Amino acid sequence: MSAQFEPRIIAFLCRWCSYTGADLAGTSRLKYPPNVLPIRVMCSGRVDPTFVVSAFRKGADGVLICGCHPGDCHYNEGNYNMMRRFPLIRKLLAQFGIEPKRVRLEWVSASDGDRYAKVVTEFTEQIRQMGPLAWDQVLSAPPTREPVESGVTAS
Amino acid sequence: MALYWAASCGGCEISVLEVNEAILDVAGFFDIVFWPVALDFKYHHVAAMADGEILVCLFNGAVRNSEQKEIAELLRRKSQVMVAHGSCACWGGIPALANVTDRDGVFQRVYFESPSTDNPQRITPQTSTRMPEGEITLPVFFDTVYALDQVVPVEYYMPGCPPVVDQTLSVVEALMSGALPPPGSVVGAGSKTVCEECKREKSDEKKVRRFRRIHLAGDLDPIKCLLEQGVICTGPATRSGCGAKCTTVGMACRGCYGPPAGVVDQGAKLISALAAVIDSQDPEEIERIADGIDDPLGYAYRFGMAASSLRRVRVQ
Repeated sequence: MSAQFEPRIIAFLCRWCSYTGADLAGTSRLKYPPNVLPIRVMCSGRVDPTFVVSAFRKGADGVLICGCHPGDCHYNEGNYNMMRRFPLIRKLLAQFGIEPKRVRLEWVSASDGDRYAKVVTEFTEQIRQMGPLAWDQVLSAPPTREPVESGVTAS
Repeated sequence: MALYWAASCGGCEISVLEVNEAILDVAGFFDIVFWPVALDFKYHHVAAMADGEILVCLFNGAVRNSEQKEIAELLRRKSQVMVAHGSCACWGGIPALANVTDRDGVFQRVYFESPSTDNPQRITPQTSTRMPEGEITLPVFFDTVYALDQVVPVEYYMPGCPPVVDQTLSVVEALMSGALPPPGSVVGAGSKTVCEECKREKSDEKKVRRFRRIHLAGDLDPIKCLLEQGVICTGPATRSGCGAKCTTVGMACRGCYGPPAGVVDQGAKLISALAAVIDSQDPEEIERIADGIDDPLGYAYRFGMAASSLRRVRVQ
């Protein structure tokens, strides 16, 4: 593993709790690694599994999903919908050869600034240990390792 | 018109003939210049044509070896309109499930491990073999199965495994009249989901505490939604246009018409739909219910692995 490896982590943060929690971490001047690219969504329930596979396809090394604590969802059920998707997402990723631990689901409330900083610090360190995912190498692999010659000519 | 089959089962070819006597109208309108399954034209006849001389090519099957890639490129050059005919050409289809492994894995299974194989000399296909009469060759088998548009540009996508007959007819009629949608369109299908066409009764309640495989679920209600009964049905993540034939006769949708309009990843959408029917708010119980699905990838990408976001499994 390269010593310079800096993980690229996409974080989907719910607009009501977790994004506000991340804001609080900032306004509280808490320090945490800059490896996370936060994307604000209306609800963790908005995080379609498509977002997760797209993030990995486009070069993410890890995906963090944060929503309101169970029972606190602004839309009542949204975070439960995410909770129900999560084990299936992990299982699907494992079948693709992507370690399930590269995706993480956490509940972070608007007052959980310190918790957000702790989750991001832990997760970044964990992904750093795991190394790059580099899915572009899977997508750009040649169809075959052998030379291919043309056989069809007009006659 | 040209018709070709690459990595496919031949079902699309049969579905073309299933238009019955309408095939005579097709043959009357089009001069069929290449159709390996039915007519005795050779590759070199196609190679001798001028570029763009063929009006339309219906290409079925995925691309998994060098011969298929080469003929796809040849037919693309010679054809004005390239139609990915059937789910294999559109998204990889069943052959693209081989993207869970690579060539070595496929050969291992096919030539050594499968129960019906007896191969004590451990013979596998060689791309080149020296014989007394000279060298004989075979195409190179690829590590990854590709959808047609991952190999050459494609104008239209005509899904189905195989496309249903009336949809095939509607596409052929559109080709004959010239009333074609913009390039890149899916033709011969709807735009919504199979659920929109399915007559089974649906509710919005979450009811599933256990997923079941359809052949082991003996007590299914013939009227109600299969997914709500815990049988994995791909209907909510699959394009309409087939007429929901499978669910009508008690078989769950398997997803052959591919993703509906606006859906980029059919499998990810299915995962979302499956999660939506789970009746639990307890993480451990949800985990246990999800564990009842042995092969999420197989259900999610049964017909679309090659065109999925991640495209293939990483082989260590």
